[in-house]
Amino acid sequence: MPTIRFTDNIQRHIECPPRVVGGSRVRDALDAYFAEHPRARSYVLDEQGRLREHMAIFVDGGQLRDRVGLTDPVNEEGMIDVIQALSGGQQ
Amino acid sequence: MSRACYVATRKGLFTVARGASGWAVSRANFLGDNCTLTMHDPRSGDLIAALYHGHFGAKLHRSRDEGATWQEIGTPAYPPMPDGYTPKMTHNGKPIDWALKLVWALAPGGTNERGVIWCGTMPGGLFRSDDGGDSWTLNRQLWDDPKREMWFGGGADYPGIHSVCVDPRDPKHIVIGISCGGAWVTRDGGCTWSVGGKGMRAEYMPPEMQFEPNAQDPHQVVQCAANPDALWVQHHNGIFKSTDRAASWSEIQPGSVEPSGPQLSAFGFAVAVHPRDPETAWFVPAIKDEKRYPADGHVVVNRTRDGGKTFQTLTSGLPQQHAYDLVYRHALDIDESGEVLAFGSTTGSLWVTENGGDSWQTISSNLPPIHSVRFQRAG
Repeated sequence: MPTIRFTDNIQRHIECPPRVVGGSRVRDALDAYFAEHPRARSYVLDEQGRLREHMAIFVDGGQLRDRVGLTDPVNEEGMIDVIQALSGGQQ
Repeated sequence: MSRACYVATRKGLFTVARGASGWAVSRANFLGDNCTLTMHDPRSGDLIAALYHGHFGAKLHRSRDEGATWQEIGTPAYPPMPDGYTPKMTHNGKPIDWALKLVWALAPGGTNERGVIWCGTMPGGLFRSDDGGDSWTLNRQLWDDPKREMWFGGGADYPGIHSVCVDPRDPKHIVIGISCGGAWVTRDGGCTWSVGGKGMRAEYMPPEMQFEPNAQDPHQVVQCAANPDALWVQHHNGIFKSTDRAASWSEIQPGSVEPSGPQLSAFGFAVAVHPRDPETAWFVPAIKDEKRYPADGHVVVNRTRDGGKTFQTLTSGLPQQHAYDLVYRHALDIDESGEVLAFGSTTGSLWVTENGGDSWQTISSNLPPIHSVRFQRAG
């Protein structure tokens, strides 16, 4: 099953420990994670379920392609990294 | 007299308290985070802070002990877009998204509506909470009004609601200010809405559309607590007032301080009205509108005490040399006494007066850029 891990920067606001979750696509894996950590959802996704504008996800080192549907496939032993995009940095 | 005000800045929230020796920063919260707005609820004593995290979106936090401890509460969330719905495009080609971009207004409901809070947002949704901010519901009657889709951004990509004036006599009568969408009114607590009356003028529109109420850019709308029929607007290109609950507006011509003196600028963001005297209001002007800095590097406050017929330019205690402080729409406030005002600037200066603006004290010149200044309200 894939693993999700989060940027350290988000931990200042909400606890997001790495977890092994089910799912063969990024959406499924995130939904499984947020079922356990519901407060994390709004920090990563907007209310329409899309990846926030200044967040980034990498799947096994490759940048997420479908930021709206989150349909990118994830391997059984895949690694999903949720990080902040430098585009959204604060001054 | 209020004993504290809350200063929301680019790098945190600062409580400024009145002690025996004067006003001073007494507490810092959310250091490093972008605190965009606060609301003190006189009914409950709750203090709500809006944060905007560049990556993680807008969030709300609440303190029930005057800022000592905080808890994250619900954040307004837009509902799913209907199937097949195509949102209108903004002027720069972005769709008006059904997603929270910014919390831009927070206002308590009526005195007897404990728990009711109104929240104006970008991209133009008005939300209501009935439980002190734990949960929020989008006002669909306003959001689904076809005229809402005619709104456009003013200084931002998206339109937004920045002012919510709840009539203290009748909390179902609410006036909201939208940049850019004019002033809208509900008389039934949000069940029905109409765009406010004519009288505002939008210099930036084509000539035939300059008086279109739904195209106006009221930078801020404020209401006199003792005479809620009286509202003042600092507009993108002028000052307007209403004496009939936003049914109509008249433009104020600031003129000059003296017959031969320089013309007062009608541009600015912030306005405050005296809580008991609807004829007295304060403005912090700047050179219009593509430049936006104090004329000649002088920070001044313009005050009228006769409903806008004449103005005094107040300078005592304010910097008069090479000062380029801009004051945003939520960064000027007045307390319930009508004598204490505070305002803060984009360059981190904060000033307070305890005599209606006749003289000002500098509280700090080194705060982060200030978004909002709000006094603690008595319960």
